[in-house]
Amino acid sequence: MRYVLRRIGFYCVAAWASLTLNFLMPRLMPGDPASTIFARYRGQLRPEQLEAMKEAFGFNDAPLIEQYFGYLSHAVRGDFGISISAFPSPVTTVIGSGLIWTLLIGITALVISFVLGSMLGIISAWKRGSKLDNIFPPLLIFLGSFPFFWLAMVALYVLGFKAGWFPLRHAYSDRLTPAFTWPFISSVISHLILPALSIILVSIGGWVLGMRNTMINVLGEDYITLASAKGLSTRRVMFHYAARNALLPNMTAFGMALGFVLGGQIIVETVFSYPGLGYLLIRAVSNLDYPLMQGIFLMITLAVLGANLIVDLLYVRLDPRVRGS
Amino acid sequence: MQPNEALLTVDDLCVEYRTPRGPVRAVDHVSFSIAHGEVFGLAGESGSGKSTIAHAIMRILHPPAVITGGHVNFSGDDVLEMDGDELARFRWRDVSMVFQSAMNALNPVMTIGEQICDVIQCHLRLSKADSMDKAAHLLDLVGIERSRLAAYPHQLSGGMRQRAVIAIALALNPPLMIMDEPTTALDVVVQKEILQQISDLKDKMGFSILFITHDMSLMVEFSDRIGIMYAGEIVETADAHDVFNNPQHPYTRGLMSSFPSLVGPKVKLTGIPGSPPDMGKPPSGCRFHPRCDQAMAICSLQRPALREVAPVHRAACHLYELTGVTPRTERGTL
Amino acid sequence: MQEHANDPAALVLSEDKAKPTSQPASAFAARFGWLIAILRNPKALIGLVIMVVFVFTAAFAPVIARHDPNKFVGRPHQAPSAKHWFGTTGQGKDVFSQTVWGARTSLMVGFGTGLLVTLLGIIMGMTAGYFGGWIDDVLSLLTNVVLIIPGTPLLAIMAAFLAPGKFTIILVLSVIGWAWPARVLRSQTLSLRTKDFVASSIVSGEGHFNIIFREILPNMTSLIVSGMFGSIIYAIGAETGLSFLGLTNISDVTWGSNLYWAQNNAGLLVGAWWTIVPSGLCVALIAFALAMINYAMDEITNPRLRAEKELSNVFKQRSTLATPVVRAAKRGVADGR
Ligand SMILES: Nc1ncnc2c1ncn2[C@@H]1O[C@H](COP(=O)(O)OP(=O)(O)OP(=O)(O)O)[C@@H](O)[C@H]1O
Ligand SMILES: [Mg+2]
Repeated sequence: MRYVLRRIGFYCVAAWASLTLNFLMPRLMPGDPASTIFARYRGQLRPEQLEAMKEAFGFNDAPLIEQYFGYLSHAVRGDFGISISAFPSPVTTVIGSGLIWTLLIGITALVISFVLGSMLGIISAWKRGSKLDNIFPPLLIFLGSFPFFWLAMVALYVLGFKAGWFPLRHAYSDRLTPAFTWPFISSVISHLILPALSIILVSIGGWVLGMRNTMINVLGEDYITLASAKGLSTRRVMFHYAARNALLPNMTAFGMALGFVLGGQIIVETVFSYPGLGYLLIRAVSNLDYPLMQGIFLMITLAVLGANLIVDLLYVRLDPRVRGS
Repeated sequence: MQPNEALLTVDDLCVEYRTPRGPVRAVDHVSFSIAHGEVFGLAGESGSGKSTIAHAIMRILHPPAVITGGHVNFSGDDVLEMDGDELARFRWRDVSMVFQSAMNALNPVMTIGEQICDVIQCHLRLSKADSMDKAAHLLDLVGIERSRLAAYPHQLSGGMRQRAVIAIALALNPPLMIMDEPTTALDVVVQKEILQQISDLKDKMGFSILFITHDMSLMVEFSDRIGIMYAGEIVETADAHDVFNNPQHPYTRGLMSSFPSLVGPKVKLTGIPGSPPDMGKPPSGCRFHPRCDQAMAICSLQRPALREVAPVHRAACHLYELTGVTPRTERGTL
Repeated sequence: MQEHANDPAALVLSEDKAKPTSQPASAFAARFGWLIAILRNPKALIGLVIMVVFVFTAAFAPVIARHDPNKFVGRPHQAPSAKHWFGTTGQGKDVFSQTVWGARTSLMVGFGTGLLVTLLGIIMGMTAGYFGGWIDDVLSLLTNVVLIIPGTPLLAIMAAFLAPGKFTIILVLSVIGWAWPARVLRSQTLSLRTKDFVASSIVSGEGHFNIIFREILPNMTSLIVSGMFGSIIYAIGAETGLSFLGLTNISDVTWGSNLYWAQNNAGLLVGAWWTIVPSGLCVALIAFALAMINYAMDEITNPRLRAEKELSNVFKQRSTLATPVVRAAKRGVADGR
């Protein structure tokens, strides 16, 4: 429990840090930030849009510290202002529409690559020295060296464009309206496959190699020798004794991997015009929709922190030593 | 099976570690046997190959270890000929083991109860509840509260962990238990307590023990018969009191003089000068000759065979091959 | 059982002679042995060769590329030919020249960021690990916060606020990227600090500066180098991604901006695969090369993995379940599974 509370405390600090970063970033721009930003729009904005923008940044004549607290209190209330590009929708509405797709694609890709990769790592460690184990690591490193989006482009071209097996863009067919029906769900799945696949392909190698290496370290431990001396079945030794212990260091790496995979996902979403937060973020950046991009950044950060918290809770379940007294 | 027939016979066992720098022969033509109900002690300096023998008997040595010769006969079956399924049945049901480092021998993410139960469930096909009952009973036997079944290893003290490991070893009531330095990491009081407990259990349940330690006083106190190892070889075997009163091999004498006798007259502790050889390239002839104060010309040329120097007392030393005389020095009578 | 005698005197002598020379050599080997081992490792060698080729290409880009990468040299979307080895882009530029020049900027950003990140990582990590106490608490908190805030969205926003350019990118990537090496180096410093040779230097009153740079740093060289390679991979990947999104100065020729233009000129949709394959493959190859070196270094410096590696020369297939019985004279292997 102590462990979880400490972690939650840490996530609060991290959330506060990213809020502050968000506040500081426009103010770090050279010159007078407000006029620099507004100058970029070159009169494209209606006055009420300008007002919304000023409001969102908390740009006013008050001293910086007051602006800061004003900003914080808005943010805590979930008020990130009005989107410029989707005027007059509030930023939160726009984010809400993208969040579900990002979660769908992110969770699918992450869970599949983690579970599949860890299994392959276990097998590779168990059968180490075999042909498979000699070819596997370099192959996976090679696969993992490609930029996510590049594989996505190739997959799009070969499997989507040339072979025509998969749709090329969006999260579901334009002819359908979202509903809990089979045609809609199958359309969502077929749109999900290519982007998820390219993320899985690039990220799976890390899990395989990480698991393989920790497994090899764990397999040298005395408790593994004792387990095999006990005459237990191979499967029991492998999974209950070795894999459960080898999984722990990899779980702690999960948080880091999350950020990395998410970074790739943002670009992959753009390649497939997949309407998740990444796609929205890049659109917001190119439209200079500052309130929206800042809101998305915060949302993504919160999602990452939340995912890390879930991993922590799982970790506590798997490792009795952190449960503590 | 006759009562006097050996339970375990190790015959000409050879084990190598195939390191990139060439093979290291850690166990070299070792033979000994253990009778029913007997405690056989293996003593020797660190690195002499004691643990390697213990692990080889159960075939649990990791690579780069390879058994390169000999036989390990357990009541009629050769362990070295067993395949995977036979081994799985042989392990723990016939021979169990208390590991040298109980601290690391327990799986940190499973409870003590689970770790006792899984071996019971696996071999005896008992239900979960029955095996839990049995596990609780085992904890009683080794003197841990039943409630500790649900404890994880990190929640136990060193002594308790050691007892838990012993409970695991007792789980299937095997005819032979290997105890590889079962108490080295513990303080003297706990050490004595645990050994006393093992001794009582042995009297009650009647298993044999292969007892390994480099603490000679414990060894002499606890074992019926002793084998002294040096650099991968057994250089002397005899009854425990013979080894104590009348050590034959110069190495054994050195060992005996490197610990204070609790009961005997005050003797000067001399120890053994020098250090054990590099097992990758052991000395020629008798491996002990570079450190032996009685070395002769032949000692560097020829390896002495293990031969009877007194009834049921064997030693491998050229001193006895040449003359057959009784040894020069003798420890004061008890 | 007879063995040939060695002259015991000679034996003693050779042992005596071996000792003094082996002492300093082993201290050196312990610190830098991995450098030599790397040159013998095929995985690392593959990586080194690829890397050298790229560095060479980047250095001699003006000689190697026959065209100006920004010039219109022929019809758009021409397939590879003798004239244009990698074909032309949708704007009629020479893909080969773009790829070669791209190596220059991409590697510059990669190596520049790698160096800066490593420097920052060393300073932060070693300060935290060495001084401990509240300094460690504060720096570790900072490190972990930077680690957990997702980098790519932050980069995207920063790119929107700042004026794009090579040096901005290097700076921004470094500000975000230092945390991982810092964390690794901190824990290594912590464990080295407790080692005897450091403890004795502390007791003997040597200055902090000396201890950190003379005693601790040299013992972490392999970690530092592998951390730097990791950072270079990260930087090249991030730069490529950002350029692909059009968030950097897209008139710079980098592998990422090549891909940006390929995408924007619908390179794939007209079947001009050659506009995206070379640059993507280059990014993958250089990352692969560095990752292979790192993988090899891990094999060399992690004792258990090293043992594993060495074993593979002796055993083909291994299982931990039963010790193999290999009787020398008679049959071959009687492996118990
Ligand atoms: N994995 C290995 N690779 C190479 N040599 C090894 C390996 N394991 C053990 N050895 C060598 O085998 C010899 C015997 O080791 P073993 O562990 O059996 O000694 P021991 O008598 O049990 O010592 P201790 O009293 O310290 O437990 C030692 O000389 C050791 O150097
Ligand atoms: Mg031992």
